Amino acid sequence: MEKKLIVSPSPHIHDNVTTRRLMRDVIIALLPAFGVSVYFFGVNALLVTLVSVCVCVGLEWVLQKYVLKTPPAISDLSAALTGLLLALNLPSGIPLYIVAIGAAFAIGVAKISFGGLGSNLFNPAIAGRIFLLISFPVAMTSWPLPSSGFFATDATTGATPLAIMAHGLADGLTPQEIMAGDHGFSYFQMLFGQIGGSFGEVSTLALLLGFAYLLFRKVITWHIPTTIFLTVAVFTGIFRLVDPSQNPDPLFHLLSGGLMLGAIFMATDYVTSPMLKKGAVIYAVGIGVLTCVIRKWGAYPEGISFAILIMNATVPLINMYIKPKRFGEK
Amino acid sequence: MGRKHRRNVSTIIKNMLIMKEKIQIVLKGIFKENPTFVLILGMCPTLATTSSAINGLSMGLATSFVLMLSNLTISLVGKMIPDKVRIPSYIVIIAAFVTVVDLLMAGYLPDIHSTLGIFIPLIVVNCIVLARAESFAAKNGAADSIFDGLGIGLGFTLALTFLGFVRELLGAYSVFGYKLISGDGIILFILAPGAFFALAYLMILFNMVKKKLIKK
Repeated sequence: MEKKLIVSPSPHIHDNVTTRRLMRDVIIALLPAFGVSVYFFGVNALLVTLVSVCVCVGLEWVLQKYVLKTPPAISDLSAALTGLLLALNLPSGIPLYIVAIGAAFAIGVAKISFGGLGSNLFNPAIAGRIFLLISFPVAMTSWPLPSSGFFATDATTGATPLAIMAHGLADGLTPQEIMAGDHGFSYFQMLFGQIGGSFGEVSTLALLLGFAYLLFRKVITWHIPTTIFLTVAVFTGIFRLVDPSQNPDPLFHLLSGGLMLGAIFMATDYVTSPMLKKGAVIYAVGIGVLTCVIRKWGAYPEGISFAILIMNATVPLINMYIKPKRFGEK
Repeated sequence: MGRKHRRNVSTIIKNMLIMKEKIQIVLKGIFKENPTFVLILGMCPTLATTSSAINGLSMGLATSFVLMLSNLTISLVGKMIPDKVRIPSYIVIIAAFVTVVDLLMAGYLPDIHSTLGIFIPLIVVNCIVLARAESFAAKNGAADSIFDGLGIGLGFTLALTFLGFVRELLGAYSVFGYKLISGDGIILFILAPGAFFALAYLMILFNMVKKKLIKK
């Protein structure tokens, strides 16, 4: 490669951090959750992931080469990560053509249309998931229940804990009665992933393991995920104290739905989160509050993906107002 | 005999030139100054009424009708209207024709009329109609104004029909109400966000084609 003399204003950062290394680390951090989902949901989870990743990477290559006319950069693994994240956000029994449509939307509309990696306003995986959720509401909410058979293709479907809870509360039951009832579930099951849901979100423990790995490798800082967890805990805690018969406790909210997956892997996307820590905290509080508001009063049982998408839109504004103090400025 | 013949030929050529001029006015409205894809006017009905091809088509035709008649009327009476009150006067003229369309559609096409709902009366404030009145009809003759209304109206109708066609095809897998594949379709394209997506990508497509044609 020919050497170039690059003249640019300071600060000059000297590090061996590359996009490829960061993306690879995030993918490694997702592997425990992926492993658990393959264990519980079998070959379907593998197929969905394969289709999603292949379509994302393939489409990125085609669009970069023929539409953006830049040298294809699929080896930076960002498209592969988008594909993996999108897949982990889908129910495992979903028809594969729907997965392909979602992946094409994530890369084609949410990423390349905005100019590719670094220019996209919205997290492509979240955008793809919401596109599918609105477009195919039935397929996107038929959650196969976990079974440990690898080829269990005819698994029964059931609701997610959040949907069971919302439905039960509407019927006038208390959270305790719902969790002990016919479709009930325990915190233990929620921790290990024996519940219905998108196949990457079910095991909280595996996701926390990934979080620890990301912190250890310094890929992300603790600010965004922890602030989201705290906000959700405080918000739902207050409601729990006010009326325990109508509001499940904060632990349920933290363990259920896509909160962990979203807070750890999607909200921390470099491109679509604020640059400074102070801004990141504001952004994370916004995500936490919106998630709880949608869960409590919204039409959908789960709100984390909408919350992240909405807060993504505010990131340029946050970056504009939260700026570091310039040297010598009072 | 020879002189008479020559005069006939010259009138024919003259007429042909006039025809060519009118056709150019019409084509300009459809392509070079397409209200939806180039001028980007009248976005409200464009986004709201194009959930199917037939809705887009009927909205476009209703607007075209109003455009032609309001352009004609304003080009005829425009000089009599004092400058200070010209916008309210144009609105009154436009509102009269919109009422005609509204009542006609309510009488003869009740289904489409109820689907389009409030968007038929809202043609009154459609900025395409007012823009053509202000920027073309008030300064040009009656014939030119009618052709301008026709061209812009056709451009609007084609754009809306095409947009509706694409949204219906993706969102319901059907074409003009005829189901191609069974199933629900990608519902998002029937809903409001789909209108923005479809419009954006059609606009890119339109301008790519336009650029290529101009290069030739």
